[in-house]
Amino acid sequence: MADATSVQKRPDPAIAPTPDAAVELTGLWREFGDRAVLRDLTFAIPAGRTMAVLGPNGAGKTTLLRILATLLRPTAGDVRVLGCALPRDAWRARGRIGFVGHEPLLYRDLTGGENLRFHARLHGLPGGGSERIEALLDRVRMTRRADELVRNLSAGMIQRLAVCRALLHGPELLLLDEPRSHLDPEAASLVEPLVGAAPARTRVIVTHDVDAALAEADLVLALGAGGSVAYAGASSGLSAGDARAIYRGSP
Amino acid sequence: MTSVSGETRRPSSLSALRVILAKDLRVELRTLQSVPAMALFAVTTFVLFRYGLDRESLSGGLAAGVLLATVLFAAILAVNRLFVAERDEGGFDAIRLAPVDGSALLGAKAAALVIYLLLLEAIAVPAFALFFLDSWSGLPPLFGVLLLTDLGLAATGVLISSIAANSRARDLLVPLVLLPLLVPVMIAAANAAQELLAAGGPSYDGVAKWLAVLAFYDMTFAAVGFAVYDYLLED
Repeated sequence: MADATSVQKRPDPAIAPTPDAAVELTGLWREFGDRAVLRDLTFAIPAGRTMAVLGPNGAGKTTLLRILATLLRPTAGDVRVLGCALPRDAWRARGRIGFVGHEPLLYRDLTGGENLRFHARLHGLPGGGSERIEALLDRVRMTRRADELVRNLSAGMIQRLAVCRALLHGPELLLLDEPRSHLDPEAASLVEPLVGAAPARTRVIVTHDVDAALAEADLVLALGAGGSVAYAGASSGLSAGDARAIYRGSP
Repeated sequence: MTSVSGETRRPSSLSALRVILAKDLRVELRTLQSVPAMALFAVTTFVLFRYGLDRESLSGGLAAGVLLATVLFAAILAVNRLFVAERDEGGFDAIRLAPVDGSALLGAKAAALVIYLLLLEAIAVPAFALFFLDSWSGLPPLFGVLLLTDLGLAATGVLISSIAANSRARDLLVPLVLLPLLVPVMIAAANAAQELLAAGGPSYDGVAKWLAVLAFYDMTFAAVGFAVYDYLLED
């Protein structure tokens, strides 16, 4: 049986920088106070590919996603997202990124429809994005509940709306932090095609579902406890057993 | 599902401001969290002053002080609530993920606060006049003083509220930092208002000078806010 230390960081051409990389990190560090959450991350994701990010709680997965979403500044290192150097050119990347995080980013005292119209207008969708909103609501079967206040909806319904919000503007980079959380199998099957792989879309998915991650992703980044890289490379290069061993290495 | 990539257009700061302001006003209309509390606070405070001072009429500096102090403390109720939804419901992140300037958020919140204050004053000033004034002739020009005061409260309040939003001590931080910053506004507004609320009817001596001081303060804090706000929004 492998343990966490047996799954070593190793150079892999699958994550080497390329001219068409949608995401490129070089020596990324992120610290909160004197605690390093991400340590010396270097990898690239070619455009149109999917990377799964695995790791135990506290490994820095969400922090990494928030840096890629331009919501957090790196402490050190170079980050390029969609050709924009962060944080300097963050404003150029914003509007091209879709983000589904732990929080749905929806106002509880607005209805689902009002929330989506608010986001569509902030993203400058033509016509207030009404056609796009209707289509997305239909796809996640939320049309009939779109006029209800978000505070009155179940967690699964809110998650469906959060996915709609993240997809409204047709993002080139989709950052998904456990996108299936709160979803029952039926709702997950509705959301799945919307957030699935697409040629024009690069995806980074944080998940604890090792088998799904290895099946779905082209690339895997496995973070060990303390935010160091345990594995970064093609998903075919990591077995499910080795991936699970990284979790067992958590404190 | 058709793609919308390439169809989106970066909205101007003004249109983003309008979108955020419309959202805030819609939430306030639906929840009535700020303006009714401010109005109730103001009227209650007038009752307390009326019986605390044991005076049936006020004029000059005392009248200006009672009115402006009441408006100031009522404003702090709203300032404390300005960014609650952005903090608790992810509004900061949502707006930063959109291709809009941070200044749109600053401007929208300042505009919302000015609207709340004008609504408050539409209730509080007549109530104040009923409680304390023998003559209402100074009230029309007084609204000019109050408007400039509101702009100063908004420019400063939004900045401090935004800085304090992610602090656990935000309810303490806002008044502790905001009140000293607002001393110049209160001095200028009180000096202008006391002339308009003088016992023998409004006098306009020196009012223009104090209005200019208020306008200068408003512009200074608005400029500081727009200059630093994008930086403040970052982690």
